[in-house]
Amino acid sequence: MALPPPDPQFVLRGTSAAVHTLHFSCGGQEPDVPTLFSGSENGFIHVWNLKTHRVDTALDGHGRKSVYCVETMGGKTRLLSQGRDQRICLWDLTEGRTEVTDSVFTENVGFCRCSLLTVAQGRWLMAMAAKALEEVQVLELPSKTSVCTLKPEAGAKLGMPMCLKLWQLSGGSQPLLLAGYEDGSVVLWNLSMGKALSQLACHQEPVMSLDFDAEKAKGISGSSEKVLSIWSLNEQQNLQVYKTHNLVNAGISDITIRPDKKIVATAGWDHRIRVFGWKKMKPLAVLDYHTATVHCVSFSNHKNPRERLLAAGSKDHRISVWSIYTQT
Amino acid sequence: VLEQFLQEGRMSALLWEVCQQPAQAGSPELQEVLLNRVVCLPDHVSNKLEGKNPPVFFPQNYFPLLGGAIIQVLQKISDSLRGGLDCSISFVSHVLGKVCVHGRQKEILGVLVPRLMDLTKSDCIWQRICWRLIECVPDRWMEAVVLGFVQRAPGADVLSRLLGNLVVKNKKAQFVVTQKMLLLQYGHTTAVLQNLLGYLALDSLRRALLIKVLQELLEMWSSSSAVKHSPPEQQQYISKAILICLFHLKETEIESCRQELLTSMMEGVKCHLDSSLPQIRRLGMIVAESISAKINTDGPVLKFQVKVIMEFMSGEFIRLMRLNYINSLKPCVIPHVTLLFIKCFKDCNNIQARSDQVLLLDRGKDCIDDDLIPYDMSEDKEVKIKAPVYIRDCIEVLTGSEDMDKWEATIKALESLVRKNPEATREVSVELAKILLHLEEKTCIEGFVELRQRAQVAVLTTDPIPVAKYLTSQFYSLNYSLRQRMDILDVLVLAAQELSYPKSHGKTKHSGGPKPCIQLLPGSDSSKDWRRIVDERIKSKTRRFATGQSQVELASSPNEFNSVAGHFFFPLIQHFDRPLTTFDLLGEDHFVLGRLVHTLAVLMYLAVNTMAVAAMGKALLEFVWALRFHTDSYVRQGLLSCISSLLISVPAERLLEDMTEELLETQSWLGDVVEKDPDGDCRRLALQNLLFMENLKKKL
Repeated sequence: MALPPPDPQFVLRGTSAAVHTLHFSCGGQEPDVPTLFSGSENGFIHVWNLKTHRVDTALDGHGRKSVYCVETMGGKTRLLSQGRDQRICLWDLTEGRTEVTDSVFTENVGFCRCSLLTVAQGRWLMAMAAKALEEVQVLELPSKTSVCTLKPEAGAKLGMPMCLKLWQLSGGSQPLLLAGYEDGSVVLWNLSMGKALSQLACHQEPVMSLDFDAEKAKGISGSSEKVLSIWSLNEQQNLQVYKTHNLVNAGISDITIRPDKKIVATAGWDHRIRVFGWKKMKPLAVLDYHTATVHCVSFSNHKNPRERLLAAGSKDHRISVWSIYTQT
Repeated sequence: VLEQFLQEGRMSALLWEVCQQPAQAGSPELQEVLLNRVVCLPDHVSNKLEGKNPPVFFPQNYFPLLGGAIIQVLQKISDSLRGGLDCSISFVSHVLGKVCVHGRQKEILGVLVPRLMDLTKSDCIWQRICWRLIECVPDRWMEAVVLGFVQRAPGADVLSRLLGNLVVKNKKAQFVVTQKMLLLQYGHTTAVLQNLLGYLALDSLRRALLIKVLQELLEMWSSSSAVKHSPPEQQQYISKAILICLFHLKETEIESCRQELLTSMMEGVKCHLDSSLPQIRRLGMIVAESISAKINTDGPVLKFQVKVIMEFMSGEFIRLMRLNYINSLKPCVIPHVTLLFIKCFKDCNNIQARSDQVLLLDRGKDCIDDDLIPYDMSEDKEVKIKAPVYIRDCIEVLTGSEDMDKWEATIKALESLVRKNPEATREVSVELAKILLHLEEKTCIEGFVELRQRAQVAVLTTDPIPVAKYLTSQFYSLNYSLRQRMDILDVLVLAAQELSYPKSHGKTKHSGGPKPCIQLLPGSDSSKDWRRIVDERIKSKTRRFATGQSQVELASSPNEFNSVAGHFFFPLIQHFDRPLTTFDLLGEDHFVLGRLVHTLAVLMYLAVNTMAVAAMGKALLEFVWALRFHTDSYVRQGLLSCISSLLISVPAERLLEDMTEELLETQSWLGDVVEKDPDGDCRRLALQNLLFMENLKKKL
């Protein structure tokens, strides 16, 4: 008899709005406290102290418009956030400061989260949906210089980009971008040539979220359908469907692979978090706590694997934090 | 002496003697006397001997003996014919005919037919003798002989050997075979029918008759008055005959009469579907399908939703249909029934196979063990939409919501909501009843009709008077479909039933799912209503003499139907004779009338021991009187049920005091029905009513 699924380790309440994005910052040494950033519908970014389970600060930089992406740049003192006010803000949080140092006006009206990749110390690449409907723009931060604009061929009919993932193999090699589009296809872009390398129709509906494991060259995507699609990238840089996994209920809003590539978590429209083994997509757990759609799932980057956490933010204003499969 | 005579086989000698005599002037009288003696010998002997009759003279022994003698004689005749001698067979035929007409077919043909069957197998002289034997039977006895042969022959080919072209030569035999046995009688078994029609089909001369027969059968089948007035058994018989005929027809023959087939099929379908008895409707559909499959070998084929039929069809019909299909030449016409059947079967198998596969897959996964142990995921099921919690929310959802899931959840939850919140329901009861009455199925929910009906019943029982007022007024108003009108009736009955049961009963009954379905299938409900009434009648009797225990239980709660019975009953009975533009109870919509009458019967029954019962009874008697000669047997059945529930419900003193004259009139009508009604159920119901009246009289 299998064990009953665990309860949340703890629950964070108090955002007073639907939670759209979560980001851990737990890699620091003592006495640095592990922190969780959450972005919510009312435009606030809450900085949660995971020792006390209280909000340390609430950042207000998006004119009360929904914040749907938060990323740290390096330590937890530099922060990037994206909001529905069509701005991407860069924050300086050192020594209790809460100021926006710089911002990018995206002019994009979609929901596509931007993707951040560290290319060198103090240098990042950021991919974001651009003003033109089908385009993706890649900028270098902090200089904000445009690296390239990725435009699908005329007549490709991909629709808007829905989700992005910048990645590179081991350091120094060419960074690549995976983008999920409105028509359900996933496209691999070469940034330096600005050219699509491969395209794969994974879903019938828009791709809501994707994540990619560069080591195994394998990725996963979810849409509003009842199916998860797992695909792989071969040596010729062609995307192939690896397998599909059927879900009990339709609708996936977020997918994250744990940094150690052991498990995957999905955020479902059916209020449930699902955990799978990444190797074979073996279903491991269904975490049923939330009472509304789960918007985002995120894994912590604790140095000690035993402390690693899983957090999920939901439309029911709560953030549930779980400790699951920490033994391996 | 006679006994010895018989045992020595002198009978055959006697017959042989007579046969050898050439026709002489004086012999007819002699022959007549002899004939009488031979055939009636057992009677004469037993009259004389009175009880000391030796067993040889018992009819069951004597006639087989006589049969044996006839065979011997025929043997001699055949020998003499081979020898070139001429002799007459007519005396033997006379004997045979007379025996048959005396009702001894079973005994004598039981011997004759098997022997003749063997003898005629290869020998054409024997065949000739046999034909001659039957041809010479005088017309007045022909029917009995032919009938006997048709019933006893084991197959159409045998019959054809034995009878030859008798039907073509002999007018009387033709009449018997083509008219009497098919159109006038309906007691014969399917095997007899198959014999008969097969016999007609076996010879080209007789095939003309087959087509003629088919036309006549179809005429009967498609005549609306026949459908209305002949008993269902006969209609079933005719349908069988038609199916068999169709099976025997060849392409070219169909070609020649396609147009006629088509016209009569159209008419027949129309009047069958008009009928209020479901088995008649089904018969119509089955026959029409077969005909259309036959006549349109390449065009579109008439198809009904046979799935329903399948369940009800008797095995015999399936067999007949199958015969037809196998016979139909083109595979494309293989009907739909069989296809459906096969499909169902396949689906079952597929599902089985698929689940097996799934199991295998699962097992495979488990074998390759990951180091991660899964948690229990059995709770991971499809998310259900939450049903609304307030009745007003339900109204909102049912009237305006586009969200199908929500709508579905609402309709499912409505009944229990209404029952849990009687106060809240009363505030909106009429509005809710109105919505439910007009509610159409938006998505395909299993058991939608039942759900809606239960909700309606719940509303009606929580707030009986205004809702009953509303529903009964709607029953007679414009612009409702027949379905809605019948819904009203069903709901009234079910609610009345619930109200009149003691509370404790009502509760348990309801949670266990009362059977609203009783009313959903009109076919079964007349009989079921009746059965229930009979059961209740028995129960009511036992109640009277019961020991204290059960009485205590019954007495514990008042009959809630008491105060509202009139509201259910009178509005329904008032307006039946005023036709509206869209709704004419006394004319076309007699099916609804039938349901109305049945409803009234049940209401009447349920009103037992209430205050209004006497007044209701009086009104009901008048109502029954007005409709007593209705042509539809379903309506008549309902009327008779009305009478019986009336006799049960109204106290005997009131019956005899207030409605003596009406009762007497009814009694004479019942007597008429018992004797003359074409419908068996009606006759039975009327008889039961009469018996019940007698009992009432005795009791006083």
